[in-house]
Amino acid sequence: MGKFQLITKGLIKENPTFVLLLGMCPTLATTTSAINGMSMGLATMFVLVLSNMAISAIARFIPDKVRIPSYIVVIATFVTLLQFIMQAYTPAMYETLGLFIPLIVVNCIVLGRAEAFANKNGVIDSALDGLGIGLGFTCSLTVLGLVRELLGSGSAFGFKLVPGDGILCFVLAPGAFIALGYLIVLFKKLTTKK
Amino acid sequence: MEYLLIIISAIFVNNILLSQFLGVCPFLGVSNKLSTAVGMSGAVCFVITLATLVTYLLQYYVLEPFGIGFMQTISFILVIAALVQMVEIVLKKVSPSLYQALGIFLPLITTNCAVLGVALIVVTKEFTFGGEPHMLNLAESVVYAFATSLGFGLAMTLFAGLREQLALNDVPKAFKGVPIALVTAGILAMAFMGFSGLV
Repeated sequence: MGKFQLITKGLIKENPTFVLLLGMCPTLATTTSAINGMSMGLATMFVLVLSNMAISAIARFIPDKVRIPSYIVVIATFVTLLQFIMQAYTPAMYETLGLFIPLIVVNCIVLGRAEAFANKNGVIDSALDGLGIGLGFTCSLTVLGLVRELLGSGSAFGFKLVPGDGILCFVLAPGAFIALGYLIVLFKKLTTKK
Repeated sequence: MEYLLIIISAIFVNNILLSQFLGVCPFLGVSNKLSTAVGMSGAVCFVITLATLVTYLLQYYVLEPFGIGFMQTISFILVIAALVQMVEIVLKKVSPSLYQALGIFLPLITTNCAVLGVALIVVTKEFTFGGEPHMLNLAESVVYAFATSLGFGLAMTLFAGLREQLALNDVPKAFKGVPIALVTAGILAMAFMGFSGLV
């Protein structure tokens, strides 16, 4: 697989949200607006790239039996790092995303890539893989956030497009499930035609 | 009285799955059959309650006195991983059939965000049950954790029942599987919204 493919496969073929259906909790919870969705995606991408690189570098020193706990510790370390960085530079966004920043530790996408890719590939390939999957995750979260923001409050990225209040339900919990369900159908339709 | 408020709030008003979106992976993954869903809920219930008890003590008797609050995420996830391993060993001996049925999802409780989520909520969030906003004490935390996991079980069981019926129906091809399940979950979440304002 070429270097370029490593980056692009996360967008459509192995899209973590719409195809692999991984990391559903942050996907549903943080996409109340496009900006929030994008921030969550970028935060996850940060952890994904760094943990992929670290794990691919140390994978051959880790005994097979304790590999999963070791990966989790590596991931948790980078999540703690991310918490510090966000507290320092983007405190408002850190407040908004709240619980879901420490919960990146238990995001199946991160552990999944460590187990499926990073522990058998080189450092650079793993970094690109993290970048690609992270990019796919960011894009899907932004799209879902955008749809919910448009329907729920009639705005996009904070800019008011449609006057009025919108359908409040789409900003609340039920709208998250329904919007994601329909987006998956749409994604399936669009990708199977080709 | 206060405990009753905590229980009702955790099960119905702020249902962990349908309004806080914690633990959605097993919610979608093992809800195809009612019996598996019940087994999964039982395992999660046990782990959440035990994990919250241990992490609460860890937070207030180790992390805070030594000023190493930044180790919270790492130490909590390690405690949870160890607990899950223990549950797995016990279940393997006590109920092999349930162990078989839960399959891959048992080790995955470690990465179930509901467990780490609840553990983090009780040590970081202020609650307003019975007047003044305050941090939960040990007994309240454990009750909260247990009630939350009951809420998880309730939503899980209801959803599994719905999905069993759904499998028999003629659903448009593109909606088969997860999409229709998500839309159903949305409607279920709408029903749970009716409880808001209760506490």
